[in-house]
Amino acid sequence: MFQKLFFLLFVKPFMALFIGLRVYGKHNLPKVHPFIIVANHSSHLDTLSLLSIFSIKDLHRIQPVAAGDYFNRNRFVSFLTHKLFNILTIPRSAINKENHPVKLMKNALEQGNSLIIYPEGTRSLTEEIGRFRPGIAHLIKEIPGIKVIPVFLANMGRSLPKGEYLPIPFFCEIVIGEPLLLQADKTAIIQTLENAVKRLKHSYEEYYREQI
Amino acid sequence: MINAFSKLSAVHQGGVLILAILTAATLIIWLLKKLKPQSNWEELVNRIKSWWVMAAVFFGAISLNRNISLLFFVLLSFWALKEYVTILKTRRADHWALLLAFIAVPVQFYWIYIGWYGMFLIFIPVYIFLFLPILLMLAQEPSGYLESSAKIQWGLIAFVYGLSHLGYLMKLPMIGGHVISGQALLLFLVIITEMNDVFQYLWGKTIGSHKILPKISPKKTWEGFIGGALTTTVFSLLLKFLTPFNACQVMLVAFTLAIAGFCGDVVMSAIKRDVGIKDFSTVIPGHGGMLDRVDSLCYTAPIFFHIIAYFYFQGVISFL
Repeated sequence: MFQKLFFLLFVKPFMALFIGLRVYGKHNLPKVHPFIIVANHSSHLDTLSLLSIFSIKDLHRIQPVAAGDYFNRNRFVSFLTHKLFNILTIPRSAINKENHPVKLMKNALEQGNSLIIYPEGTRSLTEEIGRFRPGIAHLIKEIPGIKVIPVFLANMGRSLPKGEYLPIPFFCEIVIGEPLLLQADKTAIIQTLENAVKRLKHSYEEYYREQI
Repeated sequence: MINAFSKLSAVHQGGVLILAILTAATLIIWLLKKLKPQSNWEELVNRIKSWWVMAAVFFGAISLNRNISLLFFVLLSFWALKEYVTILKTRRADHWALLLAFIAVPVQFYWIYIGWYGMFLIFIPVYIFLFLPILLMLAQEPSGYLESSAKIQWGLIAFVYGLSHLGYLMKLPMIGGHVISGQALLLFLVIITEMNDVFQYLWGKTIGSHKILPKISPKKTWEGFIGGALTTTVFSLLLKFLTPFNACQVMLVAFTLAIAGFCGDVVMSAIKRDVGIKDFSTVIPGHGGMLDRVDSLCYTAPIFFHIIAYFYFQGVISFL
């Protein structure tokens, strides 16, 4: 309820009027949950904008995967981000069998929730896409048949870079690629995903080079 | 019917004129399509469609209520600045300066809202001009400092300061003895500027062959420029009722606006070329659209405003 109102009254108008968000390839999003969205990460706007493209009634089905040490750093931030963004926090250190990230993410998917994962592990400080971490490959191997959707997020890091708290209204864009069904060894999965997101970035840049 | 037309206010007469122009254009395109179905008319059809939408939105925004009009110009200015900064290559260190640029948009229009003419004139060219480099300097990143400073200042002057003159035009009191409102003047300015763009395009498309600025805007021709400017000059006689000018004056003003509009258009093209060739290295979305429509206005609005202010409002608009 809290989340729905917040998105309806604040996030969606903010994205439409302030950011001027544009979405390409929305038809590539599967109609049925669960699935995994894999995107590059450079800003807090990434999650906000990705969630804003879903319908209000679908919101509770989508869980952005977030670092526990950052989002649970105090009770206020933790409460707010869990309530408003329905985040799934995973530990980055002191991992044991009980709190293992793969296990937590697998549980969420098995409950029918879709996940947003940023395999770079942290917000990039440049426009470049960093190396993808291997964790996601373990998860994909655990759940055969899960659809993985590569997404490229443009300009979010210019608008609200790491370390800033007030966004500048650059136009931001979401480019959604075709769903991938990945069954291979772990390094191949990671490489395929990384290439898929980089290819989206490349075609996006080509598109705008032609526009000018 | 002519009697009913003459009873309308100048602004509404202007609206009827816009309607007539658009209807005529739509009919001509429809006829051309019937006569020469083998040619490709899609671009023209799309253009006229968007003209209908833009004309409706614009006319609605300026004829309803002055505060709504002002809000409309705030959004116009905001969107244009947004498109401009997005195509630029910006640095991480520009964050606060860019933020200031966007904050300046509503503030500049607030001076118009409260009618503080002096502040409206100097806020961006003096205060923002001085303050913005301070913010940039505080980011402590000297490499690219001057370039960032110049880029952001340029955008502010063109898309915020320049376009805000559209708003102040509406704020002008009635010109005594002429029953001309600021809204009528605004309508005159916008119709002349946009029709000039259209005339230059049409002349260029039909008989254009000698390129005027091949390295900046390869599609623009001497024929388009001269034909467009002359057509605009004659066309302005139709719009004389929106102004306090006599026939000779209106043509002189329209000719000036035609030249200014052309300059605004090609200056913006030069910026796009610059971005496209030199700066295009990372992610740059080139959302044209709004910028393509307001580039000429950035030049014509301040010039027209100051012509009017000089000849009709000297000593009338108070500076405090």
